[in-house]
Amino acid sequence: MFRDLTLPALAAALAGLLALGVVLPSWLVFLLTVAFAKGLVVLGVVVMMRAGLVSFGQGLYFGLGAYTAGLVTNFLGVTDAVALVALGGAVSAVMGFALGFFMARYREIFFAMLSLALSMILYGILVRSSTLGSTDGFNLPSPTYLGLVAEGVVGRRVLYGLTVAVTIGVAMALHRFVRSPAGVMGEAILTNEIRVEYLGTSVTRVLHITYVLGAVVAGLGGALVALTAGHIDPDVAYWTTSGEFVFVAILSVIRHVAAPLLGMVVFETIRTFAFQYLPYTWQMVVGIAMLAVILFLPSGLWSLFARARQLGGGA
Amino acid sequence: MSDPIVAARGLKKRFGAVVAADNVTVEIQPREVLGVIGANGAGKTTFVNMVTGYLKPDEGTILFRGADISQLPPREVTRLGVHRSFQVAQLFPNLSVRDNVLVALASVERRRPSLVAALRTSDSIAQANGILARLGLQDAAERSTTELPQGQRKLLDITLAMVGRSAVLLLDEPTSGISADEKFPLMDLVMDAVAAEEAAILFVEHDMELVERYAARVIAFYEGRVIADGAPDAVLTDVDVRRYVVGAELHRRADRART
Amino acid sequence: MQKFYVILVDGTIYFSWLFIVSIGLTLIYGVMKILNIAHGSFYALGAYTAASAVGAYFAGNYPAAGSFLVLILAGVAVGGVIGFLIERGLLRAMYGRDEIVLVLVTYAVFLVFEDLIKLVWGVDPYFAYQPYALLGRVGIGGIGFAVYDLCLLALAILLGIFAWWALNRTRQGKLLLVVIHDREISTAMGINVSRMFTATFVIGAMLGALGGALTAPGISVVPGIGVDVIVLAFAVSVIGGLGSIAGAAIGALIVGLARASAVHLLPEVELFVIYAVMAVVLAFRPQGLFGRAVARKI
Repeated sequence: MFRDLTLPALAAALAGLLALGVVLPSWLVFLLTVAFAKGLVVLGVVVMMRAGLVSFGQGLYFGLGAYTAGLVTNFLGVTDAVALVALGGAVSAVMGFALGFFMARYREIFFAMLSLALSMILYGILVRSSTLGSTDGFNLPSPTYLGLVAEGVVGRRVLYGLTVAVTIGVAMALHRFVRSPAGVMGEAILTNEIRVEYLGTSVTRVLHITYVLGAVVAGLGGALVALTAGHIDPDVAYWTTSGEFVFVAILSVIRHVAAPLLGMVVFETIRTFAFQYLPYTWQMVVGIAMLAVILFLPSGLWSLFARARQLGGGA
Repeated sequence: MSDPIVAARGLKKRFGAVVAADNVTVEIQPREVLGVIGANGAGKTTFVNMVTGYLKPDEGTILFRGADISQLPPREVTRLGVHRSFQVAQLFPNLSVRDNVLVALASVERRRPSLVAALRTSDSIAQANGILARLGLQDAAERSTTELPQGQRKLLDITLAMVGRSAVLLLDEPTSGISADEKFPLMDLVMDAVAAEEAAILFVEHDMELVERYAARVIAFYEGRVIADGAPDAVLTDVDVRRYVVGAELHRRADRART
Repeated sequence: MQKFYVILVDGTIYFSWLFIVSIGLTLIYGVMKILNIAHGSFYALGAYTAASAVGAYFAGNYPAAGSFLVLILAGVAVGGVIGFLIERGLLRAMYGRDEIVLVLVTYAVFLVFEDLIKLVWGVDPYFAYQPYALLGRVGIGGIGFAVYDLCLLALAILLGIFAWWALNRTRQGKLLLVVIHDREISTAMGINVSRMFTATFVIGAMLGALGGALTAPGISVVPGIGVDVIVLAFAVSVIGGLGSIAGAAIGALIVGLARASAVHLLPEVELFVIYAVMAVVLAFRPQGLFGRAVARKI
């Protein structure tokens, strides 16, 4: 049987990326940091989509993670990047766990709309909150790293290292998850919930777990982005941000855990250069690419296409 | 006579104006093989749905080994050992045949599925292969369920129902959609595999020959009521059963012969 | 008391805009089960086309009164054409797919149009203030209101009545109601569902564009106006019940009044309130206040 080499490959990739972090130009390091941090969120979206949960509201947890980091560092004086990111993830985990009880009972369009509504509630709160700077948001000071102070260009590289480590670590964990009973049951739930119940497993429990995973990962990503950019504003919770995670998830056609990360790197790169060379066209390119994937590469949406419309047994 | 393993008493169920179950009382003895017959819409599947928790009866009780299971959801009923297969095979089309079995195995093993252990290990795969071999599906292990012919789909569906120890196995039309000449071989295969389970077996069937061949006892449904319950030759020759059930079956056979 | 009165009128004016903008979205979902994110694009296209048309119109020194007709025609025309092209050219190939897939398709279309609009019209704002200014303001109970806004209210009510009449009293309308209720049975009954779909999508697009066109005189038309509108239209439609015109009206009224109350009483909750109501409705009554609970078919 063919051995799964993903975990060693990811470890090697991590080593390679860390090495690159020392030599690449500063602007590229920044771009990659943001791309990986957002790629984290997309990983979560992809894992949720495998179980049929298409979330148009990951901005909720992305925003929670970002604002947690921002608030804790500004109001509680915590500067350690690892602590801030962990807190961002933890707050999202708690919120995801609580909301998950209820979100796990919805499917399809209703799940999508509910996730959208929840993220827009956060957006609404943030935008009208003058303490949080409303639409302008606020800045974050440069973080420290386990006691070490690293600012400016060096700081950027250390943050890159942290981001890449967290992201690859999460990718490894999620790789295990999708091959675990819980992960594969998610795929089973996508096409035949009733049968899963009849096998003895609680569908809501599996979906709840999947949802919380998506939340945690988005929270981690949000905190990392906030630290990297040094600034946050309510747009992190806006629906278009959530939409971005969804379309990168779709464009990551290959069914491999690294695909969303690569997809995000490509996307961020294009976005950065698009402004210079293709102004007012990159959204169109993304839209057309999405349509192309939906029309010609069903594997891009995996099982959403395989979802059986089985007419049940008669009376 | 020992206590019944499943005792459904006074079950009533309506869907609007349709009476799907009208005071249905059925007792299943341990290890007995029970055939259930009735025209379409007579309430057979509704009965199975209620026993397995998919539907809640409007009135009546369902006892399993003396305990009331009528309000339990299907997953709890399954965990108690009451398993079922479906009229239309309920499989996971996005998973391979073996993965279908692996998911069933994982479900039986733990109530809360693991998030970190691997589903596909050499041990679990060997176990799944063994289970597939029980009903002759080992060669299809790597294929997608969508590639399977109808007979194998039904067999896989039954295989999934048989994962884990079954105390009661309810098979809803195990040979439906199968051509006439394949029905007996399929049913032979199933009954052989199932004999090792020491479970009580209830199978819903339209084919009277199959019923005569395998059932030790037959129950006939009509319009949500049980109209006969007893030995096969008694039930199959019963006047009402002839009129409401077998007659319909004969017409069906005549129609098939004509086409 | 004054405040209550202001909230009421403000809320009703906001309602009229929300209703016109949402009615197309809810109709398309009801008939075709498509949550059309591109509805935001129709809105934007309507606004831009109307702004351009009105600009050209006034440059040509035609009688000012005609500008209202120009507004409406611009919206309806662009919505009709683009809607037709999208339905025939793209959506047709996607029917039968998972609902979520169709949402993603409309989202992709929305993204494409966001840029197409920038390519065609540029990023500078457009103004079509003339119709708005022409009608002037009027004082009611000591508060000044733009006559244009009040006309919009009248138009919304007329539109609602017309929609009700068209659906319930005309043959085509009743057929549409049948399709909304049960698509499978409608096909079995011989209703040309395919043609109904095209007609519905085109009408929905026209209404969306009309919403944009009618809004244009009161705002500066800039890229991205569709983005905010689409979530609001969703909130309204979901609250009232996707697929129900009456629902869109009630939803628009609720959202309009809630927003007006928030703006005048507690501005911090303005946006939060709308989406909170949407979430609550989705949680407890997913089919919305007027929606029909989907019957199990198995």
